[in-house]
Amino acid sequence: MKKTGVFVCHCGINIAGTVDVKKVAEELSKYPGVEHSEDYIYMCSDPGQNKIIDAVKEKQLDRVVISCCSPTLHETTFRNACKFAGINPFLCEISNIREQCSWVHSDTEKATEKAIKITKSTVERILRNEPLEPVSIPVTKRALVIGGGIAGIQSALDLANSDFEVILVERSPSIGGRMIQLSETFPTLDCSQCILTPKMVEVSKHKNIKLLTYSEVHEVSGYVGNFKVKILKKPTYVDPEKCTLCDECIKVCPIVVPNEFDLGLTGRRAIYIPFPQAIPASFTLDIQNCPGLVPIACGKCADVCEPNAINYDMQPEIIEAEVGTIITATGYDLYDKEQMAEYGYGKYPDVVDGLQFERLLSASGPTLGKILRPSDHEVPKEVVFIQCVGSRDPELHCAYCSKVCCMYTAKHAMLYKHNVPDGQAYVFYIDIRAGGKDYEEFVQRAIEEDNVLYLRGKVSKIFEENNKIKVWGVDTLSDKQIEIDADMVVLAMAIKPSKGIEELAKKLKVAVNQDGFLSEAHPKLRPLESVTSGMFFAGAAQAPKDIPEAVAQASGASAKAITILSQERLYHSPTVATINISLCSGCGMCVDVCPYDALSLEDFKAQVNEVLCEGCGTCVATCLRAAIETKNLTPLQIHEMIKASIGG
Amino acid sequence: MAEEFEPKIVAFLCKWCSSAGSDLAGVSRMKYPPNVVPITVMCSGSVSPLYIFSAFNQGADGVLISGCHPGDCHYIKGNYYARRKIALVRKLLSYMGLESKRFQMSWVSAAEGKKYTQVIEDFVEQLKTLGPQNKLRRN
Repeated sequence: MKKTGVFVCHCGINIAGTVDVKKVAEELSKYPGVEHSEDYIYMCSDPGQNKIIDAVKEKQLDRVVISCCSPTLHETTFRNACKFAGINPFLCEISNIREQCSWVHSDTEKATEKAIKITKSTVERILRNEPLEPVSIPVTKRALVIGGGIAGIQSALDLANSDFEVILVERSPSIGGRMIQLSETFPTLDCSQCILTPKMVEVSKHKNIKLLTYSEVHEVSGYVGNFKVKILKKPTYVDPEKCTLCDECIKVCPIVVPNEFDLGLTGRRAIYIPFPQAIPASFTLDIQNCPGLVPIACGKCADVCEPNAINYDMQPEIIEAEVGTIITATGYDLYDKEQMAEYGYGKYPDVVDGLQFERLLSASGPTLGKILRPSDHEVPKEVVFIQCVGSRDPELHCAYCSKVCCMYTAKHAMLYKHNVPDGQAYVFYIDIRAGGKDYEEFVQRAIEEDNVLYLRGKVSKIFEENNKIKVWGVDTLSDKQIEIDADMVVLAMAIKPSKGIEELAKKLKVAVNQDGFLSEAHPKLRPLESVTSGMFFAGAAQAPKDIPEAVAQASGASAKAITILSQERLYHSPTVATINISLCSGCGMCVDVCPYDALSLEDFKAQVNEVLCEGCGTCVATCLRAAIETKNLTPLQIHEMIKASIGG
Repeated sequence: MAEEFEPKIVAFLCKWCSSAGSDLAGVSRMKYPPNVVPITVMCSGSVSPLYIFSAFNQGADGVLISGCHPGDCHYIKGNYYARRKIALVRKLLSYMGLESKRFQMSWVSAAEGKKYTQVIEDFVEQLKTLGPQNKLRRN
């Protein structure tokens, strides 16, 4: 005879204010299979838990139902209490009468009736629960970090310095990401390259980091603690071991294409190094633009290469690796140029985006830090900065705030004034969002010390007239129309997740939100991880972020990853699918629907790999012969729960 | 005066989206009618057609299945399987003469507490106009 204990929590007045908890406990005491039923003010308190333990011992209860808040909150608390009392934790279930009942209803009678039904249905479930033991799996003590920007670099270094092996994969020929393209960083005006390059060097020299640049994640399988990844390493056609960076190849390469590093403000050759401090320090032959790998077509670079570093026969390589966790730090791109034709972006050379302006400001940039307009290399005397270009515009563009633009625009305007003291900087803004340590002070400094003119309003039209860029806008504070004959316009373009994130997210089985940013497991309490266990996020791939936030999240993600990597074994829920072999006809439909490849056919009978199974139950609903059930949530349990829910 | 008909609804909520979304409705103290008793399942894809028939059989006036939005399934594609199965079940139910409005599927994410209350309110209203379900009720 099964003996269930039912414990009804008042949660102060959170439950008892609406639900008649005494009545719930009394009704349940009469329910078949219930041996003990009581109510208490706070079941989750120590005395509350002791009540469970005492009742279990006194009445030899063999299973427990707690009617309280959502299982997402105290399931672990009560299962541990049961374990302490000598009951298998899987013989304890939560009946949620707070979020699902007392908090959403106000009629006591009806709410009480519903609470009774919910609890009875949970009793029906627990009466058919089996004791289970968690499935134990080994852990591969190695991490994969995807993306070699500041977030990925920080994550990789933190993991590597904690003595875990790291594979750092970067799509482009060098690590450094967006941060290496920036000039100075707000609010301190540190030189971006100067603070990043030491970390890049540390990555390249670290014994625990295997750096794979010009590589992409090709395939991911497996599960937390035991992912199997295939990484596609694209050929650079240059042997980094032999390349001495002598530059001779660049001098003879006949091809010129826009330079991505300078966002098209300069050109580069088909054989190139993205920037002087690139890691790895080596040239890359861009096969998309090279006239051909056959020496007959060109072959000039190989001819002049003294150390014979150029090898046209280099092949793409698939590198297979096993890792325990994966941190995704794929960063951001700017909003598409084509979307912003209304501001003349892409049409007028002197309308540039924020990143292009960073390159113009950068000491290593195309103008060596002098601000010269791209069209004629004149010093611009009137520069208009426009914020929220594509951001905060749910009708036409992105609904969200790109977060960093207010700060970098203030920085751009300030640095422009430092560079061109007799010039004038205008900023069109909607609101100034300068939340952050020393951020507001920074914006004030731009306004007060550098006389940047902030205009609250939007720009309606931009067009070229008499070698000037005419900017029509409005200042909503003075209620005046504004017309500026600008020499240059800088657009603070919306930030969006970097290209390819959706395909990558599919490979990783992590979710993205409506804007394509990676979705965290909980917006407040689990901001660094995906609901898919073992997957962590860092940087702007999750949401627009500035450098300090990206670094903080990267270190946080590494710490979370270490909670997995430092374990000898992991345990996963045993509520997995199980097959009744005598009913199985071997049709294989369950195998087809399983998203985790946890089912297979062996001698024409389905079988479950308990380590791979996540217990979703899709196979249960698919099996025509009812030969599969999920442990502790079987079809029989559901039928009985339905019966109790309806009230007989 | 006869008491107003109060429909009985069984709601199958997936653990990751709709159950969390309905919890959020609770946390935000939103109100909705008490006619629905939730059963949390792991995934909307695990809701077998048998559960739906079982509920109607045992006297439910309406059955709701709520899962993650298409593309957001925690188990990658369970909600797509649910959607297909449900389309078939709906056809079968109407073939049997049951009003198809008694059976509903919704997509409620973990952030959509408000939407969940709306779904329940609308469903209860709809069922009130339909009256008690006797077609598939046993006995």
